[in-house]
Amino acid sequence: MLSYTVRRLLEAIPTLLVIVALSFFLMHSAPGGPFDSERVLPPEIEANLKAAYNLDKPVWQQFLIYLANAVQGDFGPSFTYKDFSVSELIGTGFPVSLKLGLSAITLAVIIGCTLGILAAMRQNTKTDYSIMGVAMVGITIPNFVMAPLLTLVFGIYLGLLPVAGLGDGSFRNLVLPVIALALPQIAIISRLTRGGMVEVLRSNFVRTAHAKGLPEHLIITRHTLRAALLPVVSYLGPAIAGLVTGSVVIEQIFGLPGIGRYFVQGAINRDYTLVMGTVITYGSLIVLMNLVVDLVYGLMDPRVRYD
Amino acid sequence: MTAVLEVRDLSVRFATPDGEVSAVNGVSFDVNEGECVGIVGESGSGKSQLFMSVMGLLARNGRTLGSAKYRGTELVGMPVKELNKIRGDKIAMIFQDSMTGLTPHLRIGRQMTEVLVQHKGMSEAQAVKRALDMLNLVRIPEAARRLAQYPHELSGGMRQRIMIAMALLCEPELLIADEPTTALDVTVQAQILDLMADLKRVTKAAIVLITHDLGTVAGLCDKVQVMYGGRFMETGTVRDIFYEPAHPYAAGLLSSMPRLTEERSEKLYAIPGQPPNLQRLPKACPFQERCDFVHDRCATELPLLREVGPGHTKACHLVSLQNPVTDPAAPSLVVA
Repeated sequence: MLSYTVRRLLEAIPTLLVIVALSFFLMHSAPGGPFDSERVLPPEIEANLKAAYNLDKPVWQQFLIYLANAVQGDFGPSFTYKDFSVSELIGTGFPVSLKLGLSAITLAVIIGCTLGILAAMRQNTKTDYSIMGVAMVGITIPNFVMAPLLTLVFGIYLGLLPVAGLGDGSFRNLVLPVIALALPQIAIISRLTRGGMVEVLRSNFVRTAHAKGLPEHLIITRHTLRAALLPVVSYLGPAIAGLVTGSVVIEQIFGLPGIGRYFVQGAINRDYTLVMGTVITYGSLIVLMNLVVDLVYGLMDPRVRYD
Repeated sequence: MTAVLEVRDLSVRFATPDGEVSAVNGVSFDVNEGECVGIVGESGSGKSQLFMSVMGLLARNGRTLGSAKYRGTELVGMPVKELNKIRGDKIAMIFQDSMTGLTPHLRIGRQMTEVLVQHKGMSEAQAVKRALDMLNLVRIPEAARRLAQYPHELSGGMRQRIMIAMALLCEPELLIADEPTTALDVTVQAQILDLMADLKRVTKAAIVLITHDLGTVAGLCDKVQVMYGGRFMETGTVRDIFYEPAHPYAAGLLSSMPRLTEERSEKLYAIPGQPPNLQRLPKACPFQERCDFVHDRCATELPLLREVGPGHTKACHLVSLQNPVTDPAAPSLVVA
């Protein structure tokens, strides 16, 4: 398993390289640049600026320069956040997004799996239909609707929780954004769990377990769950990568300094280095999470072999 | 003889989008202590569902009517908690498909010991010892190593032996084997049947063998019940059914078995037509559409089981296969 992990990590290098190259050239082929704004710069100043950021060179040269720096851990200065390097921006924003994302996904897994198991055990009853109905609503309500509703009710009408900002950094400030972030995930995970459970509960080995006279709780925990949760595990890999890299909408609404906003702002401002920084962060996380998923699969299903 | 299992007028129905389907229609029989009963029928005859309903293992859309008693205790409608004290302990079941019948993510040891911990309150160590004994009994080589293995690491024959060993752990009084050899290749089938024959001698369990293979029944069983369309067509001793079949269906099944004494050029007999569609089962005799001796009465009257010899019954209007005319004395239910 160790050699498999090492091999997969080595395989990640060409994958990331392709991601980086694709985004770099795509971004540079998009019209406009970081210094295009309403105020037209004098040509000599613009030329100086471009020279300072190597933008006067051919794109392939810029790519090689960027790559050489990136390999040494230098992701360049941000074009729009003056005096900040991309590493600094991501370094300060990422912990916030990470904390938010991990809290949300933990909450979503606990509640989502519980609801999914309950629905599957009471398949085609009122319990099942109401859980799945609520889950369907959860998936369809966009978070830019859900988040303001939550602030309105819990922050303003009831005055229970802070409306926005990190405040003193206590967890109270994260409660609403975490819930807003977790709700759609709860919905998706509960549906996936129910689907997996329903399928496994119908399988021959569960019938054998019933024939052995085992109590319901043993049949669920010991004979069903591990096989039933495989789809949830597959989903969680990319979902975690997505959640810990922040959500633009949630961070805007709750005024949180995560890195979600950089994805959008960077692209709009043609902040080339910032976009590349976020792409590399997200890409590495995806690659890493997929590896974790494959390793967890091996723990859950002994038939999985690494060779 | 004391009955371990008494089944009376048992029916199994399934709710489907196209209406209710009857898989089993009012069957009655006893399984006595130490007896081996063969239930023979083709796919869709209801033979498996009959015992699934006894074990409380019907699919969610299925329901059981009538009565099935284990030593006088009614099993039909019994709360699952109560039923769990009987199944796996007093009544055990072996399933057809050992490939999918064992939990893929649990070691063999755990799957065996959990039965003993549950029913006998054994400690893990005691249970492991007992599991080893059972693996040796079913002649599994390197038994100790098997306990630490997962099902996919074993061959089909080995898995079926483990299924059998697992079913015998608590020394059940009734062992239901649902096509225990169907999914195996021929040589392994023979080994498993040998094993079953041995177990029949060493255990005191009554055995119900569900199969479509008359050969299996001949070697192992004392009594045979031939099922078709959810009803018993003929019941009797193995000798009765094999040498003096009284029902056209049972006779047809026998003729469709290849025989070593037959000329090679002879074409193997097949019962004409298709297995019955349970959704459109004739109200009267279920076998009428495929019967060589069909006559008017078969379409309007459902023949009931009647004695044709001591312990030998058939559900057919005919006097006999040699004299295939309707017997006015044959009991029946006028349905049309």
